[in-house]
Amino acid sequence: MIYIKLFLTFFKIGAFTFGGGYAMIPLIQQEVLAHGWLTAGDIVNFIAISESTPGPFAINMATFVGSQTGGFFGAVCSTIGVVMPSFIIILLVAKFYLKFKSSKTVSACMSGLRPAVIGMIGAAALSIAAEVFIPTKITLEYFTSYSFITTLIIFIICLVMVFKKLSPIIVVFTAAALGIAAGYLKEIVG
Amino acid sequence: MKNKKIYLELFSTFFKIGAFTFGGGYAMIPIIQRDIAQKKKWITEEELLDIIAVGESTPGPISVNAATFVGYQTAGVMGAFCATLGLVMPSFIIILLISMLLSEFSELKAVQYAYAGIRAGVVALLVKAVISMGKKCPKNAFSVGIALGAFLFCAFTDISAIIIIIGCALCGILMSVINAKRGKTK
Repeated sequence: MIYIKLFLTFFKIGAFTFGGGYAMIPLIQQEVLAHGWLTAGDIVNFIAISESTPGPFAINMATFVGSQTGGFFGAVCSTIGVVMPSFIIILLVAKFYLKFKSSKTVSACMSGLRPAVIGMIGAAALSIAAEVFIPTKITLEYFTSYSFITTLIIFIICLVMVFKKLSPIIVVFTAAALGIAAGYLKEIVG
Repeated sequence: MKNKKIYLELFSTFFKIGAFTFGGGYAMIPIIQRDIAQKKKWITEEELLDIIAVGESTPGPISVNAATFVGYQTAGVMGAFCATLGLVMPSFIIILLISMLLSEFSELKAVQYAYAGIRAGVVALLVKAVISMGKKCPKNAFSVGIALGAFLFCAFTDISAIIIIIGCALCGILMSVINAKRGKTK
């Protein structure tokens, strides 16, 4: 049953995501690729769309993967799945949150989790960069090819934009516009 | 018994927050602060700071954690449900529409060119995320070691991300036990 699978998978992802939406990316990569629901390229596209639409990144990703895999009900199941662990845990914690906040065990766990999340997002970034920059076969000519050079230029422009603290939406739209320009330019030049 | 109006109000307030914040949990905090702590006074600003701290150390999106917490404090379990549903709804509707449109248009050449550009942009966004999170992280041998270890295991082995997360949390506990013992012997 795809619906139950989607629910369980996103429940698991929700339960193990610490420190915001981006921390979900390594988990989504593993789970979704293992199930063969989407390709690595699809995931990169979804990250871009989830970043440039309103609402929590995690919800956007869950709804997206769910709807592409199992239609409307797929989206419902994966979204409920990703929200459920948070909801239950906060209800449990809400009554004694002051105790929770000052708990030594919790802060000990977090001292290990915080750097772990950074390392894991770094790994996700590396695999996505490989997916974007390096196609199936690496040859020397590839590094002088039109598509590699345009990708590199777009990447550098976007990198400058994010470090100038421009909003991700503007970055994504600029990247899209540059991609379209590069694509049609190639057609014209031949 | 709280009247039903509060449920509707929780739903609509968080619906608005979900519909107008871009860029995830932290972008919502100033809005929650203004609308919920200062205007509606459902929680105090101090409680808001507490919930951010708790939200960071519990799994799941911080915005969902905050919505559930505010809803619960204001109107119990039903309040938590209404607030969370409100927060999730705009995302859900917008993404569902985009997802349907994409299936229609994904064959178009222009869309594929746009994607090629967008992918390069996403790598830039991820690089930035790693660097800005790294800046906020404490820079001691333990943290750097954990970050590096998690990176290597995640990038170059097939070990599940969940196992890595549990392992790193356990390392944190182990480290605090070791630190406590060292403190005693001194």
